[in-house]
Amino acid sequence: MVQKYRVIFIEDSGKEHAVEVAEGWSLMEGAVKHLVPGIDADCGGACACATCQVYVAPDWMAKLPPKSDMEETMLDFAPDVTSESRLSCQVRMTAALDGIILKLPKSQH
Amino acid sequence: MSESIVIIGAGQAGCQAVESLRKEGFTGPITMVGDEAYPPYQRPPLSKAYLLGTFERPRLFLKADNYYAENGCALIVNTTAKAIHRAERIVELQDGRKLPYDKLLLATGARVRKLNCPGAGLPGIHYLKTIADVDGLQAVFQPGKRIAVVGGGYIGLEVAAVGAKRGLDVTVFEAMDRLMARAVSPQLSAFYADEHKKAGVKLMLQTGVEAFGGDGKVEWVRAGGLTYDADIVLVGIGVIPCEELAVHAGLGCEDGIVVDQNARTGDPHIWAAGDCTRHVGREGHAIRLECVQNAIDQAKHAALAMVGRHKTYSEVPWFWSDQYDLKLQIAGLARPTDTLVLRGDPANRKFAVFHLRDGKVAAVEAVNAAPEYMIGKKLVAEGKPVDAAKLADTSIPMKTLG
Repeated sequence: MVQKYRVIFIEDSGKEHAVEVAEGWSLMEGAVKHLVPGIDADCGGACACATCQVYVAPDWMAKLPPKSDMEETMLDFAPDVTSESRLSCQVRMTAALDGIILKLPKSQH
Repeated sequence: MSESIVIIGAGQAGCQAVESLRKEGFTGPITMVGDEAYPPYQRPPLSKAYLLGTFERPRLFLKADNYYAENGCALIVNTTAKAIHRAERIVELQDGRKLPYDKLLLATGARVRKLNCPGAGLPGIHYLKTIADVDGLQAVFQPGKRIAVVGGGYIGLEVAAVGAKRGLDVTVFEAMDRLMARAVSPQLSAFYADEHKKAGVKLMLQTGVEAFGGDGKVEWVRAGGLTYDADIVLVGIGVIPCEELAVHAGLGCEDGIVVDQNARTGDPHIWAAGDCTRHVGREGHAIRLECVQNAIDQAKHAALAMVGRHKTYSEVPWFWSDQYDLKLQIAGLARPTDTLVLRGDPANRKFAVFHLRDGKVAAVEAVNAAPEYMIGKKLVAEGKPVDAAKLADTSIPMKTLG
């Protein structure tokens, strides 16, 4: 049985979505499969569209692997990017991220 | 009583339509019919990470299993539509079931073009379109096996790359004089030919396949008058739109179901979206696009139109392909007459080719070059005149050019 961990997505409006994401899956996949609004992910996780941006608070960010060059450059093209921005298709679910809280931008375009 | 919508085809476009219809406030019943055993899934990983074995099957599915039930979408799998009775507004399925509709979306996709040369029906000759296809291929996709890839397009080359990585002995046969001739510029073709050769893939260009043979299964390929031994054959020579249902229903079809800028067919109750369609693109020509972008965007426009909110479809087409550690991203539709501007050095495996037409960017091909792709796509959409010298100058950050 694949281990699943909890992820809490918070929409710009404040609405929360708690979903279970299987180990090894991307945070984006967890959001899209559970229809969390606000993650478009048009390319399906190929790091080709920058429409799956999330905001990660600093204490959680420290537990995430660093951004690849590709993620870094793609993020440049997402709207309202801050130091807390990540592309959720590039972050894999692990036990260390159980309970992670991700805030969603107003829009992905 | 609320209206009902029937969707024929359970692929990327059909799935997007369900999502968009609900997002746009449609509350009536939706029924989606698919001819495979599965709910809608992503096809792009099939020839890439799924074949390689690094992307497990559950991840292919576009939605969680309970999504359809929770969103009022009855999903009927393993069957196809036999006929559309337009006057009665009823879809008849192969199994005899009849589905009444107020609005119908055809998202039937495309099917692989098959070879019909001698021996083309032998076991061991594979095509790649569905999960079942890849599962069949994967069973024999083992290190040391000799695989003959017929067709040097996206599918063939992605399989070649995975094969080389997995230690198979790969030979690609391409009838044209360069790789991906239909999709990319000669510069890109040459670059990718080099990369495949470096990975040990043998490329036979201008070499059409004439026959297959073997005792009970495929054992050899004859191409360009020569015979090559092969344990496995993978054919990737393009797709054909699934338009028969529409043709028989008397809807306009010209190598694709003809739809307008709102994804509507000639019947005011029937729309079509994705690979199965032909529409007048943003450049004013009738085109058929085989890509995720078109499936998503056309389905969104169809959903909008179905709820009475018409929006003209004019999105820039985009495509991608993963081969080895090279991410190819393309936006726009190039023409052979475009002026090409190279940015970056292919030797660094990070560069882009801009296609200029009338002083504007008509298309961009980017290899491991996300900023070039993203800004290039924006430039295509905006259609503003650009300075070719600046585009070519890598000392000027791409971001300042958008």
